[in-house]
Amino acid sequence: MPAIASRVATLSTVLALSVATSGAALAQKKYDPGATDTEIKIGNIMPYSGPASAYGVIGKTEAAYFKKINAEGGINGRKINFISYDDAYSPPKTVEQARKLVESDEVLFIFNSLGTPPNSAIHKYMNSKKVPQLFVATGATKWNDPKNFPWTMGWQPNYQSETQIYAKYILKNMPNAKIAVMYQNDDYGKDYLKGLLDGLGAKKTMIIAEESFETSEPTIDSHIVKLKASGADVFINIATPKFAAQAIKKMGEIGWKPTHFLNNVSASVGSVLKPAGYDNSQGIISAAYLKDPSDPQWNNDKGMKDYLAFLAKDFPEGDKLDNSSVVAYGVAQTMVEVLKKCGDNLTRENIMKQAASLKDFNTEVLLPGIKINTSATDFAPISQLQLMKFKGEKWELFGDIISADTSG
Amino acid sequence: MSTVQESVPAAAVPTVNATARKSSTLGRTTSLIVLAVMLIMPLFVRNFIIFQVTMVLIYGIAVLALNILTGGSGQFSLGQSAFFAIGAYAAAILIEHGNVNYALTLPIAGVICFIFGFLFGFPALRLSGIYLALATYALAVAMPQLLKLGVIEHWTGGVQGLVVTKPDAPFGLPISQDMWLYYFTLAVTLAIYIASTNLLKSRSGRAMMAIRDNEIAASAMGVDISLYKTLAFGISAGITGVAGALGAIAVQFVAPDSYTFTLAIALFLGMVVGGVGWLPGSFAGAAFIVFVPNIAEGISKGLSGAFFGVLLFIVIYLVPHGARQVAILAESLFNKMKKP
Repeated sequence: MPAIASRVATLSTVLALSVATSGAALAQKKYDPGATDTEIKIGNIMPYSGPASAYGVIGKTEAAYFKKINAEGGINGRKINFISYDDAYSPPKTVEQARKLVESDEVLFIFNSLGTPPNSAIHKYMNSKKVPQLFVATGATKWNDPKNFPWTMGWQPNYQSETQIYAKYILKNMPNAKIAVMYQNDDYGKDYLKGLLDGLGAKKTMIIAEESFETSEPTIDSHIVKLKASGADVFINIATPKFAAQAIKKMGEIGWKPTHFLNNVSASVGSVLKPAGYDNSQGIISAAYLKDPSDPQWNNDKGMKDYLAFLAKDFPEGDKLDNSSVVAYGVAQTMVEVLKKCGDNLTRENIMKQAASLKDFNTEVLLPGIKINTSATDFAPISQLQLMKFKGEKWELFGDIISADTSG
Repeated sequence: MSTVQESVPAAAVPTVNATARKSSTLGRTTSLIVLAVMLIMPLFVRNFIIFQVTMVLIYGIAVLALNILTGGSGQFSLGQSAFFAIGAYAAAILIEHGNVNYALTLPIAGVICFIFGFLFGFPALRLSGIYLALATYALAVAMPQLLKLGVIEHWTGGVQGLVVTKPDAPFGLPISQDMWLYYFTLAVTLAIYIASTNLLKSRSGRAMMAIRDNEIAASAMGVDISLYKTLAFGISAGITGVAGALGAIAVQFVAPDSYTFTLAIALFLGMVVGGVGWLPGSFAGAAFIVFVPNIAEGISKGLSGAFFGVLLFIVIYLVPHGARQVAILAESLFNKMKKP
């Protein structure tokens, strides 16, 4: 009897509630193409083939994560239909695939498309079609431009904020430093350099030597020798993994020991510091925003445990040490959070509105203390980093979380 | 050069003899049917499909240009992507920095590329066969990096590329931008196609083909070898430049990453699949390079490259002379049915 009574009570409550809310709920249910009562269609474009195919694992991780979400019941009762196409990192193909997603598959929005040139190619198209181009997988600063491009948003800290943080640190701790910079001569290298110059501001003259290199150069040894000769005592290393490792090794060989700042792109222990030699890498400073799965300090961390469980159960073909999967996991979690907040109002406008009103959101793989914050005028979700120093065979975080907001 | 001689015409000639006079074109009835289909097609499909077909036409023009060079004069080029890039950037810079009307940028891009191609033709004179292929390969590899040079970054936008504004339909025509661009591209394609078939039928065309078939014999007949070889390079580059300019307008974006060596290979592939020396095949080849990668991707995401390879292998194995062979087969079948 009591069981029945309570059931009746529950039933009547539910009825009462549904009567009370149904009018409102019906009115609130709003959909744009790609969303229905049962499904949310998300488009994605990745280089599964071609020169950047190593990043294809990001798309695969996201597909696995959304599958897991679907198996757990979806978002507000709706299943995610994740449609991911290959553009081989070729901008004309990106345009074709983006148009296919928007006009033929009719997705609600495009999520985490990868690369600066491919995203630049569809930037204008997405904004003229008013279809969200959310959490693009590139660190260029131009994605944070809500005034001119209100339908595009980045996710990761942009390159400029990272070097701004180094500049802040140098100004505070080494005000008399003589800085040498080496950077890769492309959009990524130049973005980093701009951040550094902006960060130093009036103290730009602290930079006494600047060397740029092309990715087509077989070795960058001569640049390192030149920079050493300049007599600088701070070295800022803006290079992708292969060149970053060469630089660290060469510095060890010629015995140049400045305070060494290494960009986050190349902060991987496995692919940069180990091949360059642990001896040569001691004391290098870098910045991070994600937990590193190879770092034992996260062994008992709940977020990292969840991530590893996800890898083991839902994405067994993934590589535990691949940083790209960590990024994909974090960005997919952010996406799910935005969709949850949208509730039954799945219009493109509301998705941008919700994406632009994240408050202190922390995904499981972000460093503790780093929060995702956005607003109508701030389309840069992650703009905090923490400094770290290489000691022994791993990174040690130090100091406070530092913020730097930049817009494109 | 010798490879073209041996592989393509040798096997195809016996079958082609029957239609020798129009061997590089389609029959009149077929042409009209194809044209009619092309004209009404956009009324029935989505804008996205119209865009894809526009891209097929654009790549088709570029493959056609390569076909004139290889099928016509017997010279190889793996560097067509470089001319495509020059054409695209010429159009993009003129539209965005010079405020030039998009339609005017096509002939300008064509002329610029003609000059580049003609000049490149001179050193190429000393090379033949695979050596020429390698020299043009160098051009294709160098181009994306040259576009990134700091000196011209103000104009080219460096690695970031340039965004191009898409033109609206003129005279207030009530059709979408995509449809207008499609008809515009179709008109340009038709003009180039007709001009190219006439070129190959003309004195100059015969001179080029004579060089292709036997250089010594051609020179004995009084053909100016170096002039016609460089001319073929220039014309091919010029047409490719027009295709590049159209591509820039249709895609609305140019960046060095759009014009890598992969594009040169794709154009070469399109030519082989379409049938070397058969101009209508250029468009069949272009359709292959636009659509087949999508089919391969549909089969498997991780192995799309491998499946593309398998599909290509099947095509080359079953119909070694590409679309041309299919057309000839269809024609003989049709004739058989007409005369029981």
